[in-house]
Amino acid sequence: MLIIGEKISIIAKKVREAMMNRDPKPIQELAEAQWRAGAHFIDVNTGPAEEKGDELMKWMVEIIQEKVHSPLCLDTTNPVALEAGLKFHNNQWGRALINSTSNEPERFVMLELAAKYNAQVIGLTLGKGGIPADAEERCGIAAEIMARAAEYGVSLEDIFLDPLILQVCTMQDQARHSIKAIKMFQELNDPPMKTVVGLSNISNGVPKTMRSLIDRTYLTLLMYEGLTAAIMNPLDKEIMDVLKTTNVFLGKTLYAHSYLEM
Amino acid sequence: MAYTIPKETYSGKVLGLEFGKGPKALKVGGENTLPFLSFEGNIPNKPVIAYEIQDILPEDWPDTVQKQYTAVSDNPVKWAQFCQNDLKAQAVALRLIGTHPDRGNRSSEDAAKTVKDVLSAIEIPLIILGSNHIEKDASVLVAAAEAASGYNCIIGKAQEGNYKTIVAAALAHNHKLIAMSELDINLAKQLNILITQMGFDKERLITDPMCSALGYGLEYTYSVMERIRLAALLQNDATMQPPIVGDVGMYVWKVKETLASGADIPQWGALEERGILWEAITATAMLTAGANLLIMRHPKAVETVNKVIEELV
Repeated sequence: MLIIGEKISIIAKKVREAMMNRDPKPIQELAEAQWRAGAHFIDVNTGPAEEKGDELMKWMVEIIQEKVHSPLCLDTTNPVALEAGLKFHNNQWGRALINSTSNEPERFVMLELAAKYNAQVIGLTLGKGGIPADAEERCGIAAEIMARAAEYGVSLEDIFLDPLILQVCTMQDQARHSIKAIKMFQELNDPPMKTVVGLSNISNGVPKTMRSLIDRTYLTLLMYEGLTAAIMNPLDKEIMDVLKTTNVFLGKTLYAHSYLEM
Repeated sequence: MAYTIPKETYSGKVLGLEFGKGPKALKVGGENTLPFLSFEGNIPNKPVIAYEIQDILPEDWPDTVQKQYTAVSDNPVKWAQFCQNDLKAQAVALRLIGTHPDRGNRSSEDAAKTVKDVLSAIEIPLIILGSNHIEKDASVLVAAAEAASGYNCIIGKAQEGNYKTIVAAALAHNHKLIAMSELDINLAKQLNILITQMGFDKERLITDPMCSALGYGLEYTYSVMERIRLAALLQNDATMQPPIVGDVGMYVWKVKETLASGADIPQWGALEERGILWEAITATAMLTAGANLLIMRHPKAVETVNKVIEELV
């Protein structure tokens, strides 16, 4: 399973300050730490980044890829900022991943950019109708995103469908619907559609000491259904250990007594 | 419509390893596809066959192989030169079987001297093997590694019970190392991890999952080798990417089918031909399972397997 390191986010105070002050060091350190811990992509969340968002994203892409030889997951709702990031993304270590398009008209432009820059893109199954009620509704939205991707010239193999993970503490049933959606998404195409989740959404709002437990338990269920990628915290050793163990159960890693150290 | 060959793509690659020195040095491994599937990837190096010799008279070898070496087998130096010059061997594997407590119990110093003498008499790469006695090998292989310092040999075999001292010796004297486990895929991986955790580069390792002869567990060896290769190539498991060795001869030339005479069991046919075939078939199976290096005994069997390699690569 692909790990998308979530730590570089405008929501984190330290990262936000470094972004504002254009101080590369804290951002580079976080990127390197996640990469060393096994992240395949580094998520770069600059939020809406309305003012000079393009400058910020370009700077972020350059300083991170100066230190980390992995592709980035560009996470912004601002298409101008996104395009700036894509323009400067170094594809030597893999193609960029756009986070994200959805079934909302203002997000269609992300598909246009994916096609223009040969990037991969996350398709969040969220539409005008608000939060999808169940797995079936998520599949309906996914089908619309897939049809639109074809119109824009984005290959279905470059799309990661995201069922939209919701917090278990207020929407308990949704946890189950999202698991089912991961299974159903794959059946929408042959070869199976790729899937992704924002894992820590599941534990939003729960007491802090329980978050890691909830995240990692949920992860095993999603992996069992064939999840392709997760935006998660690779610096959380407990989650990583569960991920590695699940990979052993699923036959993706050959067992050895020291498998956790690998 | 034209037929398109379905192709698998592999995320991993077998590590390339060089041993020996000078113009006769050899390289094995380096492929990024399953054995002989050159249409799917790149196979830069052919499998290599090393002739097995030993430090004492091969009295336990059956006549079929013993008689190939009668003129030279009383002296490992002459024997090694015979392999190099007459048999055109690419490499020699010297088994220090005489150091085994039950086989003469030669000292580490004696073994080291044999290694030195053989090395100064040949130009082709040398593989140095212990007697497979856990405790004794720990001292013999350390002395042998020192005696061979600078020759970039392959030494072995490091096992769960003795790897620490042998790894340290291979590290200190810059040799390549065979890590052996007994037909257990998980232990094979674990041993490779433990060895690399000592600071030994995985680029210098060779995995020996333990060989077995046709009719005597060959399918177990085959499955373990195959699984190692699948982990290396499809799962990009770095711990399983070293080249694989098949120590074929010693397992083949002790089974009933290579010993029983045609007079005793007429329906089995002539003994000599049967023995050669037994070794050649076992070796070929190892190659198709993923072995990069073979250790063999009978010149005719080696010739046959080399022909297979030429035709398949």
